Amino acid sequence: MTQSPPKKLMNKVVGIEEALAHIQDGSTVMFGGFGGIGNPPTLIKGMLDKGVKDLTLIGNDTGFPEIGIGRLVSQGRAKKLIVSHIGSNPFAGQLMMEGKMEVEFSPQGTLAERIRAGGVGLGGILTDIGLDSMVEDGKQKVTVNGMDFLLETALTADISIVYAKKADHFGNLIFETSARNTNPLVAMAGRLTIAEVEEIVEVGELNPEMIVTPGIYVDLVIQSKGVDWKWAWE
Amino acid sequence: MGMGVDVRNKIAKRAAQEIKDGMIVNLGIGIPSLVPNHLSPTINVMFHAENGVLGIGKSPEKGEEDPTLCNAGGFPVTIVPGASYFDSATAFGMIRSGALDITILGGLEVSETGDLANWIVPGKRVPGIGGAMELAKKAKKVIVVMNHCNKKGEPKILKTCTLPLTAKACVSMIITDMAVIAVTEEGLLLKEVMAPYTAIDVIQKTGAPLRISKDLATVQ
Repeated sequence: MTQSPPKKLMNKVVGIEEALAHIQDGSTVMFGGFGGIGNPPTLIKGMLDKGVKDLTLIGNDTGFPEIGIGRLVSQGRAKKLIVSHIGSNPFAGQLMMEGKMEVEFSPQGTLAERIRAGGVGLGGILTDIGLDSMVEDGKQKVTVNGMDFLLETALTADISIVYAKKADHFGNLIFETSARNTNPLVAMAGRLTIAEVEEIVEVGELNPEMIVTPGIYVDLVIQSKGVDWKWAWE
Repeated sequence: MGMGVDVRNKIAKRAAQEIKDGMIVNLGIGIPSLVPNHLSPTINVMFHAENGVLGIGKSPEKGEEDPTLCNAGGFPVTIVPGASYFDSATAFGMIRSGALDITILGGLEVSETGDLANWIVPGKRVPGIGGAMELAKKAKKVIVVMNHCNKKGEPKILKTCTLPLTAKACVSMIITDMAVIAVTEEGLLLKEVMAPYTAIDVIQKTGAPLRISKDLATVQ
């Protein structure tokens, strides 16, 4: 019987450069966060500094122009967005209307479920949200027990980037208040998931009852250099 | 919104009267976020937010904000005893499964059958859908609070919406700077006028037929 977990699973903590090596021009990157809060700021700054471009970004919204994921969008690093909302970042709307960036809108709850579906090995979900609206354009309709639903396809990404309060060396994650938001879902849906965390602890220090994202979903853990999102309302 | 603080608060105050003790409530951004300021202290409700909080309390004092704890508009909040945090899929699971008693949303247009348009003005403004489609379609009661007319003075309450829809036949009540209007199976019913406007003013500025309630009241 094993007394401790396999060592090769316990070496997920890396430096920012090693984490960023996985994110290239043209990558599809899924990000956790809602209105900037819960976006991983150190990873996003690293992506800006590295100069990656032509990204496809998938996440709840485009944050604010100078906060979180919004900085990548306002600096024109994305060629496509799959989001529910861009209203808090005027640059996103401008780039979209100028035809410089493609935007696919998904209702917020549908987007969350598409990401979850991608993370749990499903092909898609059935929902009646978006029927009788522009959201249904081009989508397959399915009738179940006499009720109409839209087939909404699952979403996955090359890389998922998330923010958490604490991680252990296996990548188990716990979150803090409403900064949890889409992060546990996004963590599941990346082919490679990078967690930026406020605090890294030894394996065994996190109470198993409190772990929200099991470490099996997390490939790399980096130490956060601090958050920037409270500026949104200051 | 092109609307003074007093008018916004007057609308919010009227909307607050629709919230009853024990309800689960979700408030949109803008005027809806003013509603809690007008709730009687005897009314206890659980405020739900799409980013994953049930049990939002009042705004924190300046300097006391928790940078991770916010509402769906990104503004800092507090929580009440019994509150919980969860991911966004769970937050929308609550909405879609019908757990919300009431939602108060902003609107661009509302039709006489209760269709709501509030997420895009093609070629002009693209706020995005956010959680509006789920809230509009699945909350037990949907109240829209908005200006009665747009910036050009044209009605926003119409026979048919001209803008892309958020959801069909979802609105049960419209509260504006001019009136309180119920959406009924027989069409729109003018229940209250906001002083100093009269029923005639409201009829002239509404783009769909209005029946007048026998108990028409005036909100001062």
